[in-house]
Amino acid sequence: MKRHYKVDGEQMTLAGEASSDMKKLLMQLGFTNQLIRKVSVAMYEAEINMVIHANGGDIDIEITPKEVVIHLKDEGPGIADIGLAMQEGYTTASNVAREMGFGAGMGLPNMKRYSDELHINSELGKGTEVKMFFYL
Amino acid sequence: MKLHEIRGLLSGEVLTDKVSLEIDINYCYGCDLMSDVLAYVQNNVLLLTGLVHPQVIRTAEMLDLKAIVFVRGKRPTEEMVSMAEDKGIVLICSKHSLYTSSGILYENGLLGEEITHEATLQG
Repeated sequence: MKRHYKVDGEQMTLAGEASSDMKKLLMQLGFTNQLIRKVSVAMYEAEINMVIHANGGDIDIEITPKEVVIHLKDEGPGIADIGLAMQEGYTTASNVAREMGFGAGMGLPNMKRYSDELHINSELGKGTEVKMFFYL
Repeated sequence: MKLHEIRGLLSGEVLTDKVSLEIDINYCYGCDLMSDVLAYVQNNVLLLTGLVHPQVIRTAEMLDLKAIVFVRGKRPTEEMVSMAEDKGIVLICSKHSLYTSSGILYENGLLGEEITHEATLQG
């Protein structure tokens, strides 16, 4: 099963709509609460990142009998140092992000914590691609 | 502890008319940083926060939290209230500070969500 979401980078109040819809879908498909929570939190963090750092982007979901795959792609500024960005507490977030309760440098660490595999490809000035795998 | 007891202890005002207060709450977590809530909360906690933003409701939704108390007299917008009602999340306002609200609930037997990096790393 596949699904596509377009994430709007302008409206902060809408951030999380895609993750909310994905959560509903996983509930309808009858996955365990534990899996739903892991996928929801990781995707939500990634979606928030996309809004606050990259002015939105695209999310593609694929659900197979073996795994849930979340593929995020943006055309934002890119991540200069992925190793540094993975450290808890490291952040380049704006005041807008902080007003939303984010920007504490926990986004990427949380995505790593809750997914079974996390791959990040980023190029400065071009954008960032994130793939998260959740084994079933 | 039932949510209606919590409301009474915090002299709180319930904003979500459509959601029942007959819910059992066993743990509580007080925080204004939603990233930390997402990182550390494992149980079905009551969230105490002074942050007023739709992303607070979203965070509760992702973690299946049943109730949020806004402290220090902060009031969520109508949009946030209707969002919470749609998700079945109770919103309560209290004039007490985060510290005082936490103290009142702890004194009355509501445990804090214990967090360790080791525990959360298991996801």
